[in-house]
Amino acid sequence: MTLGKLSWDAIPFDQPIVMGTLVVLGIAIVGLLLLITIRGWWSYLWHEWFTSVDHKRIGVMYVLLALVMLVRGFADAIMMRTQLALAAGGAQGFLPPEHYDQIFSAHGTIMIFFVAMPFVVGLMNFAVPLQLGVRDVAFPVLNNVSFWLTAAGVLLVNVSLFVGEFARTGWLAYPPLSEIAYSPGVGVDYYLWSLQIAGLGTLLSGINLTTTILKMRAPGMSYSRMPVFCWTALASNLLIVAAFPVLTATFAMLLLDRYCGFHFFTNDAGGNPMMYINLIWLWGHPEVYILILPAFGVFSEIVATFSGKPLFGYRSMVVATMAICVLSFMVWLHHFFTMGAGANVNGFFGIMTMIIAVPTGVKVFNWLFTMYGGRIRFTAAMHWAIGFIVTFVIGGMTGVLLAIPPADFVLHNSLFLIAHFHNTVIGGVVFGVLAGYTYWFPKAFGFTLNERLGKAIFWCWVLGFYLAFMPLYALGLMGATRRMQHYSELSWKPWMLVALCGAVLIFIGLALTAVQLIVSIRQRNLHRDRTGDPWLGRTLEWSVPSPPPPWNFGRLPQVQTLDAHWVANHGGSNAPAAPTTVYRAVRIPRGNPTGIFMAFFAVIYGFAMIWHIYWLAILGLVGGLIIALVQAWRPEREIEIASEEIIAYESGVARGVA
Amino acid sequence: MRAASSRTFLRRALPATALCTMLAACNEGVLAPKGPVGLAEKTILLDATVIMLAVVIPVILLTLYFAWWYRASNERARYRPDWGYSGRIEMIVWSIPALIVLFLGGIAWIGSHDLDPGTLWPGARKPLDINVVSMDWKWLFIYPEQNIATVNELTVPVGTPVHFHLTSSSVMNSFFIPELGSQIYTMAGMVTQLILQADEGGIYKGLSAQFSGDGFADMQFSVRVVSEQSFKDWVTAASQNGVRLDTDGYDALLQPSHADAPRTYSSVEPGLFDHAVMATMQTDTH
Repeated sequence: MTLGKLSWDAIPFDQPIVMGTLVVLGIAIVGLLLLITIRGWWSYLWHEWFTSVDHKRIGVMYVLLALVMLVRGFADAIMMRTQLALAAGGAQGFLPPEHYDQIFSAHGTIMIFFVAMPFVVGLMNFAVPLQLGVRDVAFPVLNNVSFWLTAAGVLLVNVSLFVGEFARTGWLAYPPLSEIAYSPGVGVDYYLWSLQIAGLGTLLSGINLTTTILKMRAPGMSYSRMPVFCWTALASNLLIVAAFPVLTATFAMLLLDRYCGFHFFTNDAGGNPMMYINLIWLWGHPEVYILILPAFGVFSEIVATFSGKPLFGYRSMVVATMAICVLSFMVWLHHFFTMGAGANVNGFFGIMTMIIAVPTGVKVFNWLFTMYGGRIRFTAAMHWAIGFIVTFVIGGMTGVLLAIPPADFVLHNSLFLIAHFHNTVIGGVVFGVLAGYTYWFPKAFGFTLNERLGKAIFWCWVLGFYLAFMPLYALGLMGATRRMQHYSELSWKPWMLVALCGAVLIFIGLALTAVQLIVSIRQRNLHRDRTGDPWLGRTLEWSVPSPPPPWNFGRLPQVQTLDAHWVANHGGSNAPAAPTTVYRAVRIPRGNPTGIFMAFFAVIYGFAMIWHIYWLAILGLVGGLIIALVQAWRPEREIEIASEEIIAYESGVARGVA
Repeated sequence: MRAASSRTFLRRALPATALCTMLAACNEGVLAPKGPVGLAEKTILLDATVIMLAVVIPVILLTLYFAWWYRASNERARYRPDWGYSGRIEMIVWSIPALIVLFLGGIAWIGSHDLDPGTLWPGARKPLDINVVSMDWKWLFIYPEQNIATVNELTVPVGTPVHFHLTSSSVMNSFFIPELGSQIYTMAGMVTQLILQADEGGIYKGLSAQFSGDGFADMQFSVRVVSEQSFKDWVTAASQNGVRLDTDGYDALLQPSHADAPRTYSSVEPGLFDHAVMATMQTDTH
């Protein structure tokens, strides 16, 4: 009773894969903790990172979290690909259904919520205030809380691997399958609570960045002078603010069904599972634009920078971005044309979906004409951008195909669909965040990543992607559906093997990403960015030293044009005079442990709710509340940075560069 | 798969991936339709693809060409460092996708109506009614007129539209026969409709296309398309085997099982399908 549903049976001692992972992971974590302790890094980590309210540090932590979870999500992916390469024609492969079903559910959940989201949010966190020419986000402490709530969700999802189970329902947990009648285990509860906690973090982060962009731009930076990445970030965060409450409410209703015997989505007593499917996609479709819009923004910056030209059709780009932002809320029904809604409804949502292809197509043409007349430097980041354009138009095309209801009637839920959304999510979001990682890395750490390895990583990903997912298009047309643990057709097996080879190639790309990081750190003195502008960039983040000081800008920039940094450096007679204002002392917020304490209690609360340990849940809730109250009454504490220190830093003295 | 053979496979098959993809995909599944619904959907699929490829391929080629021609090392390419706007090009880049979408939107609207799953097309013969119940993890087919039922095997006459009424005894599934065309969800407490027709005899695969739990991969059935005479003979034979499907028998089927061998019932308790639709709404399952 005191431990709810928790007992020793919850730990899967009989599963060699899980136990092996636990041992390896355990050794790695203990080793890491020992290393930190022996080297005495705890104080540094605590003060400079964990409790930091600096948007750049928080951005870096988000990206690190995403990269770590990318490994986890990829481990799931390669297990699925291996299983399907084996389980043909009566063979059962090495994963029984109850394990396989958890793996594909975890893969989708982790890749969307704990890889793509933190990566995108991390890049926005890092770059948006710098591009806006401001010193931090609107609510720095809240920013730290958002990060740690996301991390709390990550922790809970990973605990499910070793204590209990994860959902066996697919990544959106459709009822009635996810209801207590058909999923009595704790898997769905792990899913729901970890996403509720992480979703709260995302919502807070969305509020924070929206406020920052709307209210805190540098003097002179009107909306029409705002970098395109900031526009896409604005659209993305507006969508977060509008869509995530829907997700939270939907999950809350499913939780009430599961915990309190409500009947929102049950088969019996008047419940209606179709309502859940509508609501979850009312969040889910905007979600894909929450991810892809900032990726579009990254590519807009990269294509313009490495073509040495302004972005073609800036106003078109902004209009297209905001059009996508609005339209993304009017298409959700295309995820279930096969539910029998009727011809008018299906036709309407099919057409609305296609209309989104118009602004998206405009964006592609605009990148194309940005390269036209350029002087293109083929850096690793530019490789990603070109690979993206080529790959993404294919994904866009198959997306429009799926938007035609009668075509969807034969392709819905098939491997064709799987190929389509990986085509846009890998070819769009993943290429985008990896491009952004390469592009902004020198800004964050003061040295560039190894370019040769960067290009090798690009080729692994792009070839791996085509090898892994083009066969899935074919299999989908042959009638192969998603989420099958085995299949009878031996003729499908060669395609599955090719797909596995693609996954292996992507794995090499992932491994090289780690190698690249290590090599780049070792060679950092060779690749130092001494000017703060290694790429000849166009926007304000390149006007400050790399890494930027905690206060970003010693003097706030006076913005008079688009591409303010480029114009200042290369604009000739158009170039504005250097800011004449004198350096003043700057006040920046002090580090704050609220986020990490809050996340601690959130994990306790979530874990206790999952296992029905209600006394512990109350403890977690009260603990979190107390932390929030303590924060609310905390006196405003800031550090003052003297003008001498700022001048010293900006002239390079503090960095030891001069 | 042994390591050696997979290596051979890799060496031989990888370069030809694209070609093989297209060839193999045409032999089975939705690109090899055996009935009017599937045929119409294949046509829409191919038409729309060709229309879009007319833009997609040039865009891909142009991307690669611009990237190559405007490389920094190319002295002959003209650098326009300040060029970022052209009203004429802007108009073209908005018009091209808009025109395509206008065109495809028409296809989508008309296609949605012509191929609405529960609508019988003009000139069709009188359809055969079949009631379908998706169960954990098997398919139950009830032939109301013939008063017989089968599990995991569907027998239909060639050239006759089949009007399916579908429901689920538990979670959602999607009823799908790739060679015949459209799929539709099955949901407890609700009845969805789908009309399909097979114009060629043969045995096709039917499946669930909506994940429904641990036994999902075996949630398959075979579709036997036979001549009208054979269908009548089959009905006669089926109605003589003496096994009746009543409520008790139905409740026994509710027990989860997978990879069930096909079986036939010679008669069905009247109102059983309605019972199947209503049952899940009334029982409190926990």
